[in-house]
Amino acid sequence: MTGTFVPPTRFAVPGRIAVSEQAASQWQTATVTEIRRETPRAATFRLAVPGWPGHLPGQHLMVRLTAEDGYAAQRHYSIASAPDDSGHVELTLDHVEGGEVSGWFHTVARPGDRLEVRGPVSGFFAWPGDRPALLVGAGSGVVPLMSMIRHHRARNLTVPLRLLVSARSPEELVYAREFGAETTSVFTRSAPAGTAVGRMAAAHVAPLLAEQPPGGWEAYVCGSNSFAEHASRLLVTAGQPVDRIRIERFG
Amino acid sequence: MNTTRGFTGRPRVADPGLPPGQYDAGDDWPVLSAEVTPELAPADWTFRVDGLVAEPRTWDWEEAHRLPPSAYEGAIHCVTSWSKFGVRFAGVSLDAFLDVVRPHESATHAVAYSHTGYTASLPLADLTGGRAWIAWECDGRPLAPEHGGPARLVVPHLYFWKSAKWIAGLRILDHDEPGFWEKNGYHERGNPWEEQRYSGD
Ligand SMILES: Cc1cc2nc3c(=O)[nH]c(=O)nc-3n(C[C@H](O)[C@H](O)[C@H](O)COP(=O)(O)OP(=O)(O)OC[C@H]3O[C@@H](n4cnc5c(N)ncnc54)[C@H](O)[C@@H]3O)c2cc1C
Repeated sequence: MTGTFVPPTRFAVPGRIAVSEQAASQWQTATVTEIRRETPRAATFRLAVPGWPGHLPGQHLMVRLTAEDGYAAQRHYSIASAPDDSGHVELTLDHVEGGEVSGWFHTVARPGDRLEVRGPVSGFFAWPGDRPALLVGAGSGVVPLMSMIRHHRARNLTVPLRLLVSARSPEELVYAREFGAETTSVFTRSAPAGTAVGRMAAAHVAPLLAEQPPGGWEAYVCGSNSFAEHASRLLVTAGQPVDRIRIERFG
Repeated sequence: MNTTRGFTGRPRVADPGLPPGQYDAGDDWPVLSAEVTPELAPADWTFRVDGLVAEPRTWDWEEAHRLPPSAYEGAIHCVTSWSKFGVRFAGVSLDAFLDVVRPHESATHAVAYSHTGYTASLPLADLTGGRAWIAWECDGRPLAPEHGGPARLVVPHLYFWKSAKWIAGLRILDHDEPGFWEKNGYHERGNPWEEQRYSGD
């Protein structure tokens, strides 16, 4: 049997980069160096990871917390910071009600605390900054997208980049102060005077797809599953090819 | 052991059914797929087995339903660390399909592929002997599209990324050909009991 298998339908976006096996499989000690509050429910945790192999915007890592009796909990978290070579990464976590891991971060963690991370894992949702990217996120789903925006700025990239972000209210919009002209915000519960309140809709997506850059957009959708389902359907209906939509669902 | 100051975790009872590093998601069934959920009607669904087999064959919905029914009831485990207990999948054992196409002696692996183009690679030994299913029902109801309906592969003894949603076929091979997540850094086999999450584990 020769040749690589060719699926019967167009697919599904191949991965963007090869993932280092070693980075993906080795736990490393990370030390909390700084905690910044973003919104009432979300905070950013800056971690020093001396052996960090580097990452691309959009990638995630795995966090492991271990209790005295050896019990360990691990969860995936997107990397919020742009790639840099300082040996630091930043995560932004929502405080999930009753959450085991996010609960520890939000109520116990302080600078100097140590935990373990491994990664980056998965090269699928990564964006090296090479193609026009249309980013669509909600809630903490904006985290990997912010890494892309920060990367775009840090490198002065000129490739087109747009962000459509949904939050319950302006107070709950993570990174609000950092967004610029590339961003359109949608508020589902309360909005500043003069701004409509409601779900992300075709009317939000249409203008972005109307300004197709040459070669078209690569779309990156991130958030809860229900948001990902809704947003990806809006994109498909508006004409974005299915095989150029990457989705990261937080579960 | 690298303990984390102040981390106790949730009160827990040792559960022999829970592989290391997993937690019980209870009634939740998180959805994790990288692509847009396809709109695939049962009438448009087909399942093909080819490659190193004596008789390649494609079944449509009706034909697949004429094979002897078989069900799985038990746990499923996702690499993102949730497990779910007491899930009931109904469909047909993969053995029933393989008995018809008859894999060659030299066959060792399979690539499972979806109607979306998603792929997963599996050792053939993990797909035979009553350990894998093509399932169209979950807990007595048609499988929901976001969980892979109308039909998905179910290989419950491996991490669930192997259980390709919207299954379209298996190609039988004499070597391992990495699928979508295997190419993205995940383990080639994915046994939850050995925590084979990422390649190199
Ligand atoms: C690829 C990926 C990237 C992600 N990136 C981010 C990110 O950047 N930021 C972010 O905030 N999140 C992210 N997530 C989600 C994250 O991994 C966690 O799921 C989230 O932080 C919740 O974990 P937790 O341990 O705090 O909550 P869990 O303990 O897992 O609980 C989740 C919910 O279930 C309930 N629950 C579960 N088990 C029990 C139990 N036994 N008893 C009572 N209640 C229970 C909890 O009350 C809570 O409501 C990402 C997920 C994925 C898959």
